[in-house]
Amino acid sequence: MPSTTTSDNEKLASRRSTLAGLAFSLPAVAWIALFFAAPLVIMSVYSLMPLAGDGAFSLDNYRHFLGEPAYVQAIWNSVLTTAIVVVISLLLAYPFAYILAYKVPKRWQRLALACAILPFWTSYVVRSYAWLLVLAPTGIVNWVLMSLHITDHPITFAYNPGATDLGFVHFFIMLNALTIYANLVQINPRYVLAAQDLGASAWKSFIAVTLPLSIPGMTVGAFLTVVLCIGDFITPQILGGNKELLLPQVIMMQIQRQLDLPMASTMSLVLTLIVAVVYLALQRKMRMSRL
Amino acid sequence: MSTSPFTRFLKTSAAVAGLLLSVCVSAEAADTLNVLTWCDHEDPALLGPFEQANNVKVNFKDIDSTAAALAVLGQSKPGDWDVLVVDQTDTGRLAKMGLLQELNAKDFPFGDIPAEIADPKLSSLDGKLYTIPEKFGYNTVAFNKTAVDPKAMEDINAIWDPKYKGKVAVYDYYVPEIEYVAIALGKKPSELSDADLPAIKEKLIALKANAAMVGDVTTVQQALATGAVDLLVGGGEWVTAGIAKDNPNLDYVIPTQGGVRWQQGLGVFAGSAKKDLATKFVQYIVSPEAQGKLATSSCYWGMPANSKAVLNDEQKAILRWADQPGYIKNSYPYLQMTPDFDKKLQALWAEVLQAK
Repeated sequence: MPSTTTSDNEKLASRRSTLAGLAFSLPAVAWIALFFAAPLVIMSVYSLMPLAGDGAFSLDNYRHFLGEPAYVQAIWNSVLTTAIVVVISLLLAYPFAYILAYKVPKRWQRLALACAILPFWTSYVVRSYAWLLVLAPTGIVNWVLMSLHITDHPITFAYNPGATDLGFVHFFIMLNALTIYANLVQINPRYVLAAQDLGASAWKSFIAVTLPLSIPGMTVGAFLTVVLCIGDFITPQILGGNKELLLPQVIMMQIQRQLDLPMASTMSLVLTLIVAVVYLALQRKMRMSRL
Repeated sequence: MSTSPFTRFLKTSAAVAGLLLSVCVSAEAADTLNVLTWCDHEDPALLGPFEQANNVKVNFKDIDSTAAALAVLGQSKPGDWDVLVVDQTDTGRLAKMGLLQELNAKDFPFGDIPAEIADPKLSSLDGKLYTIPEKFGYNTVAFNKTAVDPKAMEDINAIWDPKYKGKVAVYDYYVPEIEYVAIALGKKPSELSDADLPAIKEKLIALKANAAMVGDVTTVQQALATGAVDLLVGGGEWVTAGIAKDNPNLDYVIPTQGGVRWQQGLGVFAGSAKKDLATKFVQYIVSPEAQGKLATSSCYWGMPANSKAVLNDEQKAILRWADQPGYIKNSYPYLQMTPDFDKKLQALWAEVLQAK
């Protein structure tokens, strides 16, 4: 019965294919289970425990966290700082990526890309301290301003939220430029030519064709910026001068003195929740195949 | 006779495993003392003589707080660590957790340690000695002598003077800062209660308004050293003394109203399998020779607990050796708090930092 044999073979092949798929995905699943799901579960359990460890599970840590105005303010500060950094980084990164993709000759693009990622080669901490030296009252910016008699006394550029934003933007411009560039070079140039054939100006074809098609690159860059920026402790700690606290700084406060893991877990879960919400909001726009 | 690739793989693997095993076994066999320590105990000049005299290797892990030590202990087996350097305020807390071994006062030179530094409140619990004082210093005001009048700094209220606006840095550690402000308000730190917190918060917010920044050790030290600020509230010899040769204009003072005193000690872990060696290490660190080296550590300087510490005149001058009797009397040790009060102070500090 040939038809039955063919059907059996197909089923067998399909089963093998399914098994192979499972086998190939197993390492990734195990990785996520071990290093993401399990820590998340542990943190969730911790967040319900009292500091002393001998009380019953409760939502007290969440109540205390959300009932302390300074801690709630830290959530808002983190969201606002991240939003500012994302917008400024995208605005500055886009023209850079566009020029790199369309105006720089192909043979120079690799060199330009290497220059773009140069800041990634230095330590994050060193880079933040370097900014501190640049922005300090005795730093190069104030030296230039005073030498040119633009001001007769040093201006305070460092140790404030603006300095934190600057440190972040410096780092994330390059990250966003890379994701946008990777997207732009994949856009078929015939789309723009077709638009211009139909009478669209260069500006109109950019707005109607290139910009919408580069949204996945911008979205991925924005999401990576959100993830890295909202969880960062170093930059605000060094450059911000503690003029305001971001959520990672408040989490560190819980750890550094009392090793208050339950409260730190509570705050970290709220931070994770914010990132998850951002991901859900952006995920439909992120098409990784375009990168 | 040719060898198959599989056999070669097995042989090579066995050889590598054997080599690794022998290294592990020999490492285990060598006598090591495992110390959880702050960065000032890591100089080879300090550890070398002890290692040579006892034919032992001191294996240290760097911590920067009691919480960091607890985090390391949480990931270790009992017996993994032998000695701990600790903020002496936390002695009772750790002893209550059963982590520390009771020590015998007769084994240590308490006769050479000033009475205030040897205060059992900081080193003992229920009459049992758990930690030995080894080094202390102050969280008070450090300043640049060329930019501010040193005489003016003797008044604790100088840091609120509007003429220093934007030239003040504040050390980001709420315990000494809150205590220092309490002293400025005329309160006795050991008697602080919830009722005192609103006034302290208001005074701290006023201080922050006068400050250019609030930062960690490295940030505030850099700010003072580079001239970004002229005053450091919470600073002391730990900021100025180590860099005195490069920055001779940096100094510190205890105001007439008083200052805050930090104090670190050494304890032996109850779970240590090398308690005798660990006790020997503690004895070595509080010996005059080691005390001199610890006081002038490359990481940070501080006053040695042992008054017979071997230091030259220049080092003593930098540490303000002659002023110490008065300074010790006019300073308060770190607050010893319940976890609940500690949380309140931490939340208060967060509110101060968030204040616009």
